[in-house]
Amino acid sequence: MSLSLIRTVLLTAFSFCSAARSLSTSVHLQAQGNVSGVMLTCEKWKMPIPFSQYNSKSKKTLAKPGVKNIVLVDGVRTPFLQSGTTYADLMPHDLARAALQGLLNRTGLPKDAVDYIVYGTVIQEVKTSNVAREAALGAGFSDKTPAHTVTMACISSNQAMTTAVGLIAAGQCDAVVAGGVEFMSDVPIRHSRKMRKTMLSLNKAKTLGARLSLLGSIRLAHLSPELPAVAEFSTAETMGHSADRLAAAFGVSRLEQDEFALRSHTLAKKAQDGGMLSDVISFKVPGRDIVSKDNGIRPATMEQLAKLKPAFIKPHGTVTAANSSFLTDGASAVLIMSEEKALAMGYKPKAYLRDFVYVSQDPKDQLLLGPTYATPKVLEKSGLTLNDIDVFEFHEAFAGQIMANLKAMESDWFAQTYMGRKTKVGAPPMEKFNTWGGSLSLGHPFAATGCRLVTTVAHRLQKEGGQYGLVAACAAGGQGHAMVIEAYPQ
Amino acid sequence: IYEVKDNVAVVRINDPTSKVNTLSRHMQAEMVEVMNEIWGNAAVKSVVLISRKPGCFIAGADINMIQACKTAEEVTSLSQEGQKIFDQVEKSPIPIVAAINGSCLGGGLEFAIACQYRIATKSKKTILGTPEVMLGLLPGAGGTQRLPKMVGLPAAFDMMLTGKNIRPDKAKKMGLVHQLVDPLGPGLKSPEERTIEYLEEVAVDFAKGLAGKKVTVEKKKGLVQKIQDFVMGLPPVRKQIYKTVHSKVMKQSKGLYPAPLKIIECIQTGIEKGNAAGYLTESQNFGKLAMTSESRALIGLYHGQVTCKKNHFGKPERDVKKLAVLGAGLMGAGIAQVTIDKGVATILKDTTEEGLARGHQQVYKGLNDKTKKKSLTTFERDGIMSLLSGQLDYRDFENADMVIEAVFEDLSIKHKVVKEVEAVIPPHCIFATNTSALPIKDIAAASKRPEKVIGMHYFSPVDKMQLLEIITTNKTSKDTTASAVAVGLKQGKVIIVVGDGPGFYTTRCLAPMLAEAVRALQEGVGPKKLDSLTTGFGFPVGAATLADEVGIDVAAHVAEDLGKAFGTRFGGGNVEVLKMMVQKGFKGRKSGKGCYVYGAKSKEKKVNSGAEDILKSFKLTAPPAVSADEDIQYRLVSRFVNEAVLCLQEGILPDPVQGDIGAVFGLGFPPCLGGPFRFVDSHGADKLVQKMKRFEEAYGNQFTPCQLLLDHAKDSSKRFHK
Repeated sequence: MSLSLIRTVLLTAFSFCSAARSLSTSVHLQAQGNVSGVMLTCEKWKMPIPFSQYNSKSKKTLAKPGVKNIVLVDGVRTPFLQSGTTYADLMPHDLARAALQGLLNRTGLPKDAVDYIVYGTVIQEVKTSNVAREAALGAGFSDKTPAHTVTMACISSNQAMTTAVGLIAAGQCDAVVAGGVEFMSDVPIRHSRKMRKTMLSLNKAKTLGARLSLLGSIRLAHLSPELPAVAEFSTAETMGHSADRLAAAFGVSRLEQDEFALRSHTLAKKAQDGGMLSDVISFKVPGRDIVSKDNGIRPATMEQLAKLKPAFIKPHGTVTAANSSFLTDGASAVLIMSEEKALAMGYKPKAYLRDFVYVSQDPKDQLLLGPTYATPKVLEKSGLTLNDIDVFEFHEAFAGQIMANLKAMESDWFAQTYMGRKTKVGAPPMEKFNTWGGSLSLGHPFAATGCRLVTTVAHRLQKEGGQYGLVAACAAGGQGHAMVIEAYPQ
Repeated sequence: IYEVKDNVAVVRINDPTSKVNTLSRHMQAEMVEVMNEIWGNAAVKSVVLISRKPGCFIAGADINMIQACKTAEEVTSLSQEGQKIFDQVEKSPIPIVAAINGSCLGGGLEFAIACQYRIATKSKKTILGTPEVMLGLLPGAGGTQRLPKMVGLPAAFDMMLTGKNIRPDKAKKMGLVHQLVDPLGPGLKSPEERTIEYLEEVAVDFAKGLAGKKVTVEKKKGLVQKIQDFVMGLPPVRKQIYKTVHSKVMKQSKGLYPAPLKIIECIQTGIEKGNAAGYLTESQNFGKLAMTSESRALIGLYHGQVTCKKNHFGKPERDVKKLAVLGAGLMGAGIAQVTIDKGVATILKDTTEEGLARGHQQVYKGLNDKTKKKSLTTFERDGIMSLLSGQLDYRDFENADMVIEAVFEDLSIKHKVVKEVEAVIPPHCIFATNTSALPIKDIAAASKRPEKVIGMHYFSPVDKMQLLEIITTNKTSKDTTASAVAVGLKQGKVIIVVGDGPGFYTTRCLAPMLAEAVRALQEGVGPKKLDSLTTGFGFPVGAATLADEVGIDVAAHVAEDLGKAFGTRFGGGNVEVLKMMVQKGFKGRKSGKGCYVYGAKSKEKKVNSGAEDILKSFKLTAPPAVSADEDIQYRLVSRFVNEAVLCLQEGILPDPVQGDIGAVFGLGFPPCLGGPFRFVDSHGADKLVQKMKRFEEAYGNQFTPCQLLLDHAKDSSKRFHK
């Protein structure tokens, strides 16, 4: 990892903070008087339409004969906080513990009823490399419940959930807890490779002379640390840089990106104020207050957004701190069961977890196009069309990335040239799309986002009375995921 | 031709008659017309200059335009026209932004640096440079005057004297471009098309910014830059630089290349005597250089190279998707390396694990060195390495489309290999043999399918040497040839296709020269003296060093084989000298000793006293009439040239162009002479024949001119090149 990369990441992190700070002051100003800027922009993005308008479906249900129905019983998450805020002194397993305990409280699940725990994480704390097990023990789960950790960048908790689905479908488990945690307030910063080598040799050095000569070999340069970067290992390109290039490739303007970011924040604010974000649990942070709200939601004005300088491609890029998801701490957890077991235990499930796909493509030029590839594939698998879907929840890594995906999905040329498909799948209608905000505004703790998306789909289906929901997300490494979720009959 | 967007005139360059944009007379006239119109349009506040061609901004001046000139004055006036246009561009009342994607070379770069602002894409295809020196010319449209001011004296010398390509990130650091733009991936259009559009959008924004004074051209100078500027401001320092550069050029070029010296003169005049004098010197020197034989020779090589980078045998029936290389030695591993790095799956087979491990390491090192130079990422390296399958058996040979054998140069071993391989390969698979001297038909004698057998003679080190000599027998099918050429082109080679015979073309020309070199050594010319005589003639590597590089054992082998095939004509030095050296372990660089001793540390090469002792025991008396320095030089060169002409006469060589390319790119024949055939043309066949007759009197038939050479000597209107 080069120094300049580290610098970019640090600067970006700082610019996130400073942007957020300047935006927060403006929110206050706005609250006192002028809200018209926000209202105007909201009109552009239509609000959800009443459920009576939903069309008849291609399929009545996705249940298949001879295949077990797998249900989402419930899902919770800790408030998502900007890194370096209230969670700053915790460790990742503390956050994970909070989510797991929250799930137990919410569902009243007997601790020994859980057969297995699968948890996702991206930036690993080396002390708790199997964070699933550490968090489960700390959350008071039975020590007889095995737990393992999965990682797949931003779709890690999707992977945790589909692993759970697999375990249940294969008849190995009946009740599995899945989730994910990300803790960006503290990341492992390592000594340089040369320093590590010297230190490891030091352990083996037998004589004082040998130790002294090893110590003597240490040079000032060896002391410079290695920081993790949100960069592709294979291409060394930071994700923000790739997102900027992607936006440019699809001709997404700065204005479009800022508008979408504002939409996300505006809708998130509305959802938060309207009490829609019921998956959020309260968390008493040791030594601090009780946290019960996400703290990254900051609707601003277009003028304020327009003032920000590009964060990655300078000076002519379009991706800024405000139209990117910010570094976030947070954890999520869901309870997944076979339908029979859930019913036997007296639960009223929220949704069926149906077909899902993972896709992957070129990690350089198509790093963030996962949703474009995954959506038509999972629809095909389910026998549904885009019109059948009532609720879309896409992971918003960057406003530019979302807009690029929407344009790609609308393009026959792209479908034919790069996806080997005859026609485009079409872009989701905006009135069904991320209507309670998204990763841009709610925050994006990498490995916790997947569960948030699935739980939100379940809640939105219940609230809006729709039948089918679609989750889609991109992830580092040029990978992607999509899942179809069916509402549980109310 | 141009479009106005938001008060920015976008000029899109596109020569419809060619794959690249060149600054032809026509293009220049058009450009002047367009610029005048733009300057006359009050609504236009700034200009963007961009090419519509995906891989090319402007590739340079039109060489044919320069070649068509009959006199130096004509070329000088061409240069002055160019200077005048770019002067207007430089003094433009509104800012002009050059938006560069693809090659921006020679006149193209001179155009770009006359503009007020430069933005380049970071595409792999984007290169900037002044390659004129490689054609024996100089940047004749203000380049020698503007570049030193822009990038500083040392960097300007480096660019113009080496002609090297500069990548975008380096160009930004040097101050050659102001901004870089990332190439884009797939979007709603092809990446290439969209990248150009994006570059244009960014350039238009900057043009607006420049017009509105929101963007400034001046870059803040760092401390290092300030110090450098200060130091360069001191006349004695500059004087010292001119002197150092001059002596360095003299040392490297032996004074055989006029262009670098003229470039120094132009830069010096411009800086010391001012613009007017500088521009005048530039245009005059440009005219003079264009009339030199060196420039003609280098331009001839350039054209030849272009010809030899085409497949003249049509499209092969099948693409080679899987190649197998037999023998993981220096050659085999080199061939594998240049194949996998173009994305073709390759099997590298050897008979021993040690041999295989060595070959595998060679390929890895070759690629890893590129990651150190940052021309390859470690991931790309790993991806390329994954295409290589090192193995000891014939597994998967049933899927090979071509096998290239690079095993030991011994006919019986080659026969064994042919039979083994033919038992496992599919019917369509081509069998190519990498031999430097064994006739292909003799190797093909063991084959059941001689139409699929062909010679592919690579040069060592394979990843550096550009030439590939392809040898066809009268049984080789046209499709086999087409396929071999296609593979060679894919490997990035310059290709000559020659007929079969002992030593084919290249080895056959080299052998008599080496025989003559051995004779000179026996006559008491030391290896160092021999080297300085050959490099003084323009060979990049001296004859004694060359023998060490090729390997004394290989030289002995070839000398003996070809001696048997061609008789006394290939005599001269005693083959026993070489054999004795091999016996003593003096096999050249690879064994640490040859004519010289190769130590790990000392830079100064020491003559191997063991080899000197051997030479003494084979001492010959030098005939004084033909032993002056110049005589020795011409003895070496005339044998080379005569053999080359004989190859053409016998039909081994299809044409003089391939003869020149083969000699220069494969054997290091002096590039300033343009190859043996151009040398005969420029030196005069009659004069060469006269010299040879004199040598013939002293030594006999080794110097008997061949019939074709005699024909040319008799009739001065006969020339190899028009």
